[in-house]
Amino acid sequence: MSEDAKIKITIDGISTEVAPGTTILNAARMIGGDVVPPAMCYYSSLEGSGGKCRTCLVEVSKGSEKDPRPMPKLVVSCSTPVMDGMEVRNTTSARVLEARKGVVEFLLINHPLDCPVCDQAGECHLQDLAFEHGLSKTRYEFKRREFDKVDIGEYIKLHMTRCILCYRCVYTANQLTNGREHGVLKRGDAAEIGTFIEKNLNNDFIGNVIDVCPVGALTDKSFRFRSRVWYTKPMDAHCECTKCSGKVVLWMIGDEVARVTARKDAYGEVKDFICNECRFEKKEKTDWIVEGPRTISKHSVISANHYEREIPKHTILLNKA
Amino acid sequence: MTRKLLLENDHIEGIRTYDVYRKNGGYRSVEKALKTMSPDEVVEEVKKSGLRGRGGAGFPTGMKWSFLAKPDGVPRHLLCNADESEPGTFKDRYLMERIPHLLIEGMIVSSFALGANQSYIYIRGEYMYVLQILEKAIQEAYANGWLGKNILGSGYDLDLSVAPGAGAYICGEETALIESLEGERGNPRMKPPFPAVKGLWQRPTVVNNVETIAAVVPIINDGGDEYAKIGVGRSTGTKLISASGNINKPGVYEIELGVSVEDFLYSDQYCGGIKNGKKLKACVPGGSSVPVLPHFLVCKTATGTDRLMTYESLAEGGFETGSMLGSGGFIVYDEDQCMVKNTWNFARFYHHESCGQCSPCREGTGWMKKVLHNLELGKGKVEDIDLLWDIQSKIEGNTICPLGDAAAWPVAAAIRHFREEFEWHVNEPVLSQTRNFGLVSEKSFITQTV
Ligand SMILES: Cc1cc2nc3c(=O)[nH]c(=O)nc-3n(C[C@H](O)[C@H](O)[C@H](O)COP(=O)(O)O)c2cc1C
Ligand code: SF4
Ligand code: SF4
Ligand code: SF4
Repeated sequence: MSEDAKIKITIDGISTEVAPGTTILNAARMIGGDVVPPAMCYYSSLEGSGGKCRTCLVEVSKGSEKDPRPMPKLVVSCSTPVMDGMEVRNTTSARVLEARKGVVEFLLINHPLDCPVCDQAGECHLQDLAFEHGLSKTRYEFKRREFDKVDIGEYIKLHMTRCILCYRCVYTANQLTNGREHGVLKRGDAAEIGTFIEKNLNNDFIGNVIDVCPVGALTDKSFRFRSRVWYTKPMDAHCECTKCSGKVVLWMIGDEVARVTARKDAYGEVKDFICNECRFEKKEKTDWIVEGPRTISKHSVISANHYEREIPKHTILLNKA
Repeated sequence: MTRKLLLENDHIEGIRTYDVYRKNGGYRSVEKALKTMSPDEVVEEVKKSGLRGRGGAGFPTGMKWSFLAKPDGVPRHLLCNADESEPGTFKDRYLMERIPHLLIEGMIVSSFALGANQSYIYIRGEYMYVLQILEKAIQEAYANGWLGKNILGSGYDLDLSVAPGAGAYICGEETALIESLEGERGNPRMKPPFPAVKGLWQRPTVVNNVETIAAVVPIINDGGDEYAKIGVGRSTGTKLISASGNINKPGVYEIELGVSVEDFLYSDQYCGGIKNGKKLKACVPGGSSVPVLPHFLVCKTATGTDRLMTYESLAEGGFETGSMLGSGGFIVYDEDQCMVKNTWNFARFYHHESCGQCSPCREGTGWMKKVLHNLELGKGKVEDIDLLWDIQSKIEGNTICPLGDAAAWPVAAAIRHFREEFEWHVNEPVLSQTRNFGLVSEKSFITQTV
């Protein structure tokens, strides 16, 4: 096969061609829209991530052109490579939707569900996921798991109660530092993110664990509870930095820089990690060259700026016709 | 009379020591393999024997061995899975404790077949005294030239060592075992890649159960064809069964695959019947992970034929009316046992042992445990039974490793066959705390299928 040979994949009836080795999830992201499965633990730039949260499960209704047999089990789209001629069902599969509903429920049974007092609200992937796939009522009648909040150093607060054990922060800490550290202590639902991050504190890039965390388990102490995120204005900005790319998003309240984060793509992923100095020290507008307002592309609570479901627009269209 | 291939000599005084073991025919298979056979010929014999993995899944061993990748210049490994932590299973311990040299002999022949020069026995941490027995035996094997460089002048080198786990059931799952052996947290890996391609230190690796490896010894001594003569159909050879529960003679038995369950349960040669003259209520035939069978489906299948101790017969009827041979942990319950309590107990185990990597298993196992506890205490609701069913169905098949399935199946089977008893716990909350439900009524599966 030549270098740029492409293989064909069909997801929910929409076909595209991708390079061999592409995962189903990434193929779906190339198509975009509703065919993209949600992913809570996968993170493209973090080696080893994915496969854990099980929200991206899809049905493979045709294995490949060569071996058309369907796969018996649902597979994790983030880690399953595309085969030529593969057919995948995401939102068109009742099995997938049922399993996904189950996963969302599992993620929520031990979750505090107090978004109104959580700093992540408005930019939380779990909130978005629950909004789209969750039940409005809980079937769990037991005491929820709770942990004490811990300061992991000067800048970061860990609140394990909100953690969904996606391991992203573990991979971030491992892969941005050289030392091998164990991130998770204990097992099962008693597992918790360990003090390893404290050991990494002198690392210039540890602040990135805040950005990779899909929920409000790791938050920026310099911003915590200063403002609801939807009252801030995100602005693209950059600076000359010797340690990192210097490309950031400033979250402004008026003329004040309330918070600095890295730039996230439509799937909440950071491509250019930023250093602690950019994130925590440069809190003056004069530290930055502001490029302009940033649009948050993913439809989420923050961009919708309200909690209700979108009202269907087709009635309006009918009136016009 | 039943033939014994593994435990034939277990009664001999001092069989644990090298001299006695050797005098009774020990290490013959190593001589035969290393002096007269090529590695591929050994693999061929194992294929002919029809031997299937004794760790639980029953995958044909010869086939597993032939899948091992053999890239040039990359070392390969054989790992023996001696993590034995499945509730109801204790056969590997007996074998290692009594005849440690049998396992070592099997490891040498199997490593030779696979071209592995560094092999490990991964043993559960609680078996520390067995580890000491094994280490002593390994020293004896080194001292007598069965391990080390240039064994028997064949040019084949093998080093063998024992590594203890730290008390986690999950480290019996082959990829978690590999992680643990590498010094990492024992989290199962995602597959593919399979260990046969990328296992220990990313090298091609085979993981086999203790009993599987021990069975290679008689297979090489007597030939694969001879081994395959024992048994029924695709269930060949002998199998160690750990029998426990309300029976007269609990213990480890070596059976020829194909004896009837009735014979195994009631004859004096094996379990010797239910203790204290009680009635049989239920049986878990293959360790805690496999579906429980109600009394009327233990000795007979749903179609009325005799159930045999084979992979196929125990699975006959699928999960509707069958179960699995699994790891051979045969647990028997008499009429005084409570199925709700038993299911809760199993759920407690899986909750405690989940590694916590994937959400359905991490959260679902604890949830099932709590709901079951309420039911057991007479505090449950009828909807809880349906809720349990729903939770298990959302765990099953949706996790990284089979522990999720293993947690879901016992709950599903208990509800499927013992729903009456679960409902009784709800409807008779006081009574259910003072006595047991007894036997569930027999459902006629035959008329359903006609
Ligand atoms: C949670 C879990 C625990 C397991 N524990 C054991 C064990 O203690 N011993 C064992 O031999 N296999 C165990 N297995 C099965 C192994 O993953 C593997 O299939 C087996 O060691 C292969 O050996 P075999 O082919 O000889 O049966 C376990 C599997 C799972 C999912
Ligand atoms: S982490 Fe997300 S879902 Fe959880 S309370 Fe905070 S905003 Fe809500
Ligand atoms: S703290 Fe956040 S990033 Fe780390 S494992 Fe928990 S949810 Fe994931
Ligand atoms: S199924 Fe359970 S034990 Fe297996 S990887 Fe997932 S959480 Fe861990």
